Amino acid sequence: MKIASFVDNQKLKRLKESLRYSLYVVTHPLDGFWDLTHEKRGSIGAANIIIILALFTRLLSLRYTSFLFVKVIWEQVNIIEIILGFLAPIWIATLGNWGLTTLFDGKGTIKDIYMALGYTLTPYVLIQLPLILVSNGMTADEGSFLGVISSFSYIWIGILIYCAVMQIHDFTPGKTVLVIIATIIGMLLIVFVLLLLFSLISDAIAYFVSLFKEVAFRFY
Amino acid sequence: MRRLKISTILICFMVLLMFPPITVKAEETGYTYTYDYWGYVMESPDAYKATAFITGSSLGIGDFNKPQGLYIRDNLIYICDTGNSRIVILEKVGNEIVFVDEFNEFTGDVEITTLSEPSDIFVDENGDIYITDTKNQRVLHLNSDREFIKALTRPNDETVDAASDFLPQKIVVDFSGRSLVLVKNYNKGFLQYNSEGEFTGYIGANEVKFSVVDYIWKRISTKEQRASMEQFVPTEYNNLALDKDAFIYCTTSYFDVNELRNDQAKPIRKLNSQGDDILIKNGYYPPIGDIMWDNFAGANGPSRLIDITAMDNGSYYAIDSTRSRIFGYDPQGNLLYAFGSRGNKLGYFQNPSALDHMGNDLYVLDSQSAGLTLLELTQYGQLIHDALAEYEQGNYDESAKYWEQVLYQNGNYDLAYIGIGRSLLRQERYKEAMEYFEIKYDDENYSKAFQLYRKEWVEENLGWIILGAVALFVIPKVIGTIRKIRKIGEVDEF
Repeated sequence: MKIASFVDNQKLKRLKESLRYSLYVVTHPLDGFWDLTHEKRGSIGAANIIIILALFTRLLSLRYTSFLFVKVIWEQVNIIEIILGFLAPIWIATLGNWGLTTLFDGKGTIKDIYMALGYTLTPYVLIQLPLILVSNGMTADEGSFLGVISSFSYIWIGILIYCAVMQIHDFTPGKTVLVIIATIIGMLLIVFVLLLLFSLISDAIAYFVSLFKEVAFRFY
Repeated sequence: MRRLKISTILICFMVLLMFPPITVKAEETGYTYTYDYWGYVMESPDAYKATAFITGSSLGIGDFNKPQGLYIRDNLIYICDTGNSRIVILEKVGNEIVFVDEFNEFTGDVEITTLSEPSDIFVDENGDIYITDTKNQRVLHLNSDREFIKALTRPNDETVDAASDFLPQKIVVDFSGRSLVLVKNYNKGFLQYNSEGEFTGYIGANEVKFSVVDYIWKRISTKEQRASMEQFVPTEYNNLALDKDAFIYCTTSYFDVNELRNDQAKPIRKLNSQGDDILIKNGYYPPIGDIMWDNFAGANGPSRLIDITAMDNGSYYAIDSTRSRIFGYDPQGNLLYAFGSRGNKLGYFQNPSALDHMGNDLYVLDSQSAGLTLLELTQYGQLIHDALAEYEQGNYDESAKYWEQVLYQNGNYDLAYIGIGRSLLRQERYKEAMEYFEIKYDDENYSKAFQLYRKEWVEENLGWIILGAVALFVIPKVIGTIRKIRKIGEVDEF
């Protein structure tokens, strides 16, 4: 009993530390992402927490940002769609990047890539979450200020992703650019294959359903 | 067991969430509608109702043949019966429209004293008649006794090809006797003639757009390529009308379809005497007619507006030849309502050719069914007109009362919400005003109300804000000091 709680405590402490480490990563990306995997300072748990926080930020910003800046047709909102629309790109990017970098001497494992991607979302939480609050105190004219800060967060994430790919896989800067472009193409391919698969499966199901109906009609 | 139950409920919820909410729609009648912020069609009660359809035979003067021109002054309705080369004058007496006169010739010292396919007519306040006598290639100016005064003909100007036909299509004349003539195949704008009948120039020509991309292309291309590149054709208008202040409202249906939505095409323009477009566009969408270009009985694509009329309250109505619809706009450029459709029932048009108004009534001339349709305001439309009129005069609270009644009949009417919001704003009820503006996504007015509300709020809560700011500074410092003291204590203990 005592040991179990001790282990839990250790785990919790490590999670807390690795979560706090994300703040270091976003301000010192080159050094941070190197240590993230090579010095084992990051954790999947922390990455998951950051991704979930970012997802919540996204949902909250849709609902609670002042309507001056975000307008949503509520009649057409499907929350599953929004959640998957946020998470699926992360998964596909992880998969695509992993598939490519294993072929191109990348040093990172799929775990590392996922973890690093999770950490890159930190600025999204840090900036967009307070912006939701700030947006409700602003008029339309003052909104350009929000736009600048918001786009700043995206640029920051872009820089982080670049650094993450470079440091995790131990690539040169030039190779990183190529790999990122190739990853985007790879992601598109994955989406294409998935779509193809889904449409084939639904066609196959439709075939068997109609076959069953036909048979049932004949014998019933 | 309990866990199983919870998970079942959870799964049920997940499954429910998988399906988007089902939208239930009432059966579409689709005669009158508006567009909401998102550009979706919102069904609306009828604002105008067709009450009469007048043909030549119903007046006992023989059917019209492809009538093109319509002009209304006071109670008199002038129709250009183009195919029969005559002018028909009707009068509205009470609720009846009665035949007054018709003519196809005039007296005077000119060679041809008959009309040949006149396409438009204008009557000034002295009763002088201006007729675009198209086939005779002239614009006639007759006095009220139908005696010839002058004719406007092809200008002696180097910009005009002397061999080309001069086919005047439409005409208006302003207070000073200046005539503006729309001539077929003249694409430099309207021809202006002074009161003496002399050509004085063009008005309303399209400004020539020049883009950097074009410039670069022209620099690197050869002379032959450059020659073939110059396909820029300035706007050719298709109709014009004067409002009560003699501003020119005009329509065009020659435009690049892709330029409609970003308001580059400007199918409706309001020209001042310099020829500048001064139309106000504060609506969700620029005034371009239909926003959704769904297939409609084989008709595709954007609205092609072919005539326009401006009412005394500042609103203006344009008629579309693609789907035979009439679009009403308020002075701010908001769509009031769109109505009408293609067909041969009362209130439907086959090939509308002209639109004009008498008071609040609309008259639509149909060249194919050769008749004149009279549309009158319904009680709902009257409420909207009253609200607009009160607003124009600055009686915002009165206007809000009318808007509230409009809302009883049409909860989807965006202008009503915004109108009520404006009135609340003026009564300094900012919080309520903000609610009304938020419902209909009126950013600008919401920002105005919010700014004032914020100011009020800050003034009221200044004490708390200062207290909070001070606390924000002081508390971390206090905590820091306490920690320091503790650490010192620890060290001491050590």
